[in-house]
Amino acid sequence: MSVASQDNAMRTGRAARVFIYVFLLVFALFYLLPFFIMLVNSVKPLGEITGGNMIALPKVWTIEPWLSAWSTAQIGVEPTGLRPYFWNSIRMVVPAVIICTIIGALNGYILTKWRFRGDTLVFGLMLFSCFIPFQIVLIPMARILGILDISGTTSGLVLVHVVYGIGFSTLYFRNYYAAFPTELVRAAQIDGAGFFQIFYRILLPSSGPIAVVCVIWLFTNIWNDFLFGASFASGGAAPMTVALNNLVNSSTGVREYNVHFAGAIMAALPTLLVYIVAGRYFVRGLMAGSVKG
Amino acid sequence: MGFLDIKEATKSYGAVEVLHGVDVSVQEGEFLVLVGPSGCGKSTLLNMIAGLEEITTGEIAIKGQRMNGVHPSKRNIAMVFQSYALYPNMTVAKNITFGLEMHGTPKADREKAMNDVAELLQITPLLDRKPGALSGGQRQRVAMGRALVRNPDVFLFDEPLSNLDAKLRVDMRTEIKKLHQKLGTTIVYVTHDQIEAMTLSTRIAVMNGGYVQQLGTPQEIYDTPSNIFVATFMGSPAMNVVPAKVADENGRPVAHVSLHDGSVTSLPFSQANMMDWVGKDILLGIRPETITDEDGADRKSGNIAQMTNQIVVTEPAGSDTFVTMTMGGKDVIARMRSDADVRPGAEFTFAVNMEKAVAFDPRTEARIAP
Repeated sequence: MSVASQDNAMRTGRAARVFIYVFLLVFALFYLLPFFIMLVNSVKPLGEITGGNMIALPKVWTIEPWLSAWSTAQIGVEPTGLRPYFWNSIRMVVPAVIICTIIGALNGYILTKWRFRGDTLVFGLMLFSCFIPFQIVLIPMARILGILDISGTTSGLVLVHVVYGIGFSTLYFRNYYAAFPTELVRAAQIDGAGFFQIFYRILLPSSGPIAVVCVIWLFTNIWNDFLFGASFASGGAAPMTVALNNLVNSSTGVREYNVHFAGAIMAALPTLLVYIVAGRYFVRGLMAGSVKG
Repeated sequence: MGFLDIKEATKSYGAVEVLHGVDVSVQEGEFLVLVGPSGCGKSTLLNMIAGLEEITTGEIAIKGQRMNGVHPSKRNIAMVFQSYALYPNMTVAKNITFGLEMHGTPKADREKAMNDVAELLQITPLLDRKPGALSGGQRQRVAMGRALVRNPDVFLFDEPLSNLDAKLRVDMRTEIKKLHQKLGTTIVYVTHDQIEAMTLSTRIAVMNGGYVQQLGTPQEIYDTPSNIFVATFMGSPAMNVVPAKVADENGRPVAHVSLHDGSVTSLPFSQANMMDWVGKDILLGIRPETITDEDGADRKSGNIAQMTNQIVVTEPAGSDTFVTMTMGGKDVIARMRSDADVRPGAEFTFAVNMEKAVAFDPRTEARIAP
């Protein structure tokens, strides 16, 4: 592999390579520009933004907008800052991701290693949840949350995201376990391991890459979700995304752009962090099985 | 009643029956090899013994205990898989003791059993490694260790050597045979390699199309194959099967076989019962090693026939030279000494050991003599 790619690199001309690097660099800067502007303006006093140049570096550095966005900014009618909503999102994302991943892994294990009549049909039906638009289920979901008496709560949101996430996590784990040798399961059966023992002693220890893929995918989607958050958890139970929207919309006179920028970065940071920490596993997991060794 | 009894066992997937009434009884300490081409049902039968596949009808019993529906872990069997199936996340030591741990063996006993097996298979230095860091031969040993440590009633081997390179395969074959002689365990071994079957087994079941074609010792299978399939499947190069006509020459049955130029040679039978077939067509089976030059003929044989035929191709293989000629319109291979003076295109006088010849009914393909 590496020998071959080096070979290709050797044959590429110097001019072509310079062109490629410049091209890539320009695009990287282009993608980074919005983030740069957000970052720069979140550490400026408001006067500097309203006074003129948004792209310039701040003359006076301040973390006041960050503190304000975190703990004192007006969200709707309450001057609480984003802090309580940030914890709302954490309380929503963590259980939803964990439950989804565990159920997805179990589903994948059953659908590949304990096959039953009609298993492909069941899997096909589960895949629907990956493709049905969110809007379609809003009303039935509201009804169900009402029946369960968890509408407007974080638990309700966890349920919604679990229901929607299981399709994807099952898809990931099923495809990963399909390539897992069935002889290992048979060997473990002869060795006397039961259903769950085979799962957590044999399969789970080998599932690192796909678990990371699943966690990143679910975390990003659930954290960034606005529609379900806005529909099913208004007020005190709202997640970060909804609160950010409320922060930007509830102005008490002056629009505090610097506070808005700081809030927006806060809302984006966790997903960014997850990707930076586990990103290389993400690529590795997506490639798993496609290349031998 | 044997140690492992398979009685009228069948296997069906839906309406398709893939194994038809298999009857095999294995004695304690026997090494039974199931051999056949791919798709013959040999692995299915092994999986049924292991309990990994259900038995559709019939019965499988180990030590007189009916095993139908009994979970694989409760049959006191151990299996070595083609891919070795070592748990990739566990060390060699863990791999070997996993089964004992699952069966609730105390830790001290596990350690002792593991060390004994590791010593027997000479894998003690590998105990702390992961399977990924082992070579093919080492993985093979670990897989055997995992089976041995359980001290099961029956060992099941599913083509365990087919992933190894040619040289290692021969070494491991000897190793398995040594192990069997030393431990005297009962083994059922699946392979598609007829040489493995011949060398390892105490008995062979040759399978084809879901039927056991013949069950017998390697010598029986080789010398008196019950039909054309067994005759041509076992042995390398395969047994030559040529059309012939039985005739009566001076009160003795002979086979008339046409040679390359259309002339007919007479090969006298050793078996008197061939008189019943006088005037009828048969298929004559001759093993390559029973066609030699005159000096290389078996001196103990009381029935050496001579024939002169044209050599088509010679293939020197070092220890032997294979000679191809035409008999009865078919290519026939003879296995000659390497120093026999053979040249393509030349006429050569061959000696055929007719004591070892086998005759088949062309209609049923079953053996009629000896």
